[in-house]
Amino acid sequence: MIQVRGLTRSFDSVEAVRGVDIDVAKGEIVGFVGPNGAGKTTTLRMLTTLLRPTSGTATVAGHDLFADPAGVRRRIGYVAQGGTVGPFSEVGEELVLQARLYGLIRADARDRVTRLLAELDLTGVDKRLAGSLSGGQKRRVDIAMGLLHRPELLFLDEPTTGLDPQSRTNLWGHVRRLREEAGMTVFLTTHYLEEADALCDRILIIDQGRIVASGTPAELKAAHHAGTLDEVFLSVTGHELREGAAA
Amino acid sequence: MTALAALTGYYLRASFKSKFAVVFGAVQPVFYLVIFGPLFSRSGVGSWDTLVPGLLIQLGLMSSGLVGFGIVFDQRFGVLERLRVTPARRSTLLFGRVLKDSLVLLIQAMVIIALGYALGLHARLTGVLLGLLLLTVLSVGMAALSYAAALTIRQELFAPLMSTLVIPLMLLSGALLPMSLAPAWLDVVSRFTPFRYAVEALRALFAGSYASPTVLWGVLVTLVFVGVGFTIGTKVFQRENT
Ligand SMILES: Nc1ncnc2c1ncn2[C@@H]1O[C@H](COP(=O)(O)OP(=O)(O)OP(=O)(O)O)[C@@H](O)[C@H]1O
Ligand SMILES: [Mg+2]
Repeated sequence: MIQVRGLTRSFDSVEAVRGVDIDVAKGEIVGFVGPNGAGKTTTLRMLTTLLRPTSGTATVAGHDLFADPAGVRRRIGYVAQGGTVGPFSEVGEELVLQARLYGLIRADARDRVTRLLAELDLTGVDKRLAGSLSGGQKRRVDIAMGLLHRPELLFLDEPTTGLDPQSRTNLWGHVRRLREEAGMTVFLTTHYLEEADALCDRILIIDQGRIVASGTPAELKAAHHAGTLDEVFLSVTGHELREGAAA
Repeated sequence: MTALAALTGYYLRASFKSKFAVVFGAVQPVFYLVIFGPLFSRSGVGSWDTLVPGLLIQLGLMSSGLVGFGIVFDQRFGVLERLRVTPARRSTLLFGRVLKDSLVLLIQAMVIIALGYALGLHARLTGVLLGLLLLTVLSVGMAALSYAAALTIRQELFAPLMSTLVIPLMLLSGALLPMSLAPAWLDVVSRFTPFRYAVEALRALFAGSYASPTVLWGVLVTLVFVGVGFTIGTKVFQRENT
């Protein structure tokens, strides 16, 4: 579903991503874990056609990132770290607009939005302003934005940061269901190692723009003789991944 | 096509949610019309047929020039990024906004013109309609440039920079007082600004001389302006595309 080789991106003097290789198979839930500024968002924005890589090659959802970005866009969903809706916007209107940009006619778009909101336990929020939603509801609205066109591959950038533990586990359930019911591949970033452990089939640890370890949670723990992923992280990077350090 | 219709409809609905803002956008030229107009029409410089086209260009510059302000918030809240990840073309994302801006401007312009007629404007309807067309095209270019500027310069600089830029451009266009009154140096400077040609063409259209060189120049310059404006706007929207 994703094949990436030697992907890099620099901003002026900052080398945000320094040559990453990524392989993700269809139907996997892969966690991209690393501290603030490790290059997670930069990598995701490159893979979703929003940021031009400095170098490297990538095939995303079967389409070459450089030769056919539109083909990539049609097949992927992307939920940005910073959210997708302004506080004074009506949730339903924003979702319908988004669905129509994916090519649905108005009636189908409305229909799709209603169903999707129901699936995400958001029935009735469509008339609300985004600013009036709880953190967990707002994040699920963001996720709905990325699901309108039933993508094969979903990128989630820190879907659970800032949520209380209950909303987090609730969101994990939704992510698992996407894979089980729609066969969707999910590539998500997180600061929470126990989240990656519980939710992801496979984990890529990124630090200072480089992938420093990868494997299933069990493989990683075994390889580093560690009981938790926190110990794995400490062992491969030499420092701790402070939880919740992100704003 | 679905995308363009959806975007334009969405932005129009958002604009008309605040009818106050749509009306308020025309308030400055209305003041000029009602308070400055009676003086102007008795000054011997020109009539209502000189003033109203000028005020329309003023409206076009001011309101389209500042539309970019709205996109700053879209950028901050992640809306822009969310739109950019859909298969919709980037030129469509820009054009949907610009089309809305032009339609709002058209409504505001019609308010000014109606008020102008009530105060003493004599222009023929054909000339006015052709003038509105020219004004709309001009505003597309201006709005596209405004969005490009808003996405390029630092957020907090946009509003002060644009409003200080628009005022000299507006004065140099001769929108308020015709450049035929200007000293030679000012006349020369004015000829380097695109809006002078639009103002003069609009006045000629209102006066009923449709096939004059003035109109031709105005149309040519405006077309080049909209071409340049839209190209720059699309470039900025496509920035960082793979
Ligand atoms: N548009 C940009 N301009 C300049 N530097 C940038 C830009 N975007 C990211 N960077 C820099 O690139 C590096 C990686 O940032 P990135 O946002 O990818 O990190 P991240 O892993 O997503 O961090 P976080 O967990 O805080 O979201 C940082 O040093 C950041 O300051
Ligand atoms: Mg990030």
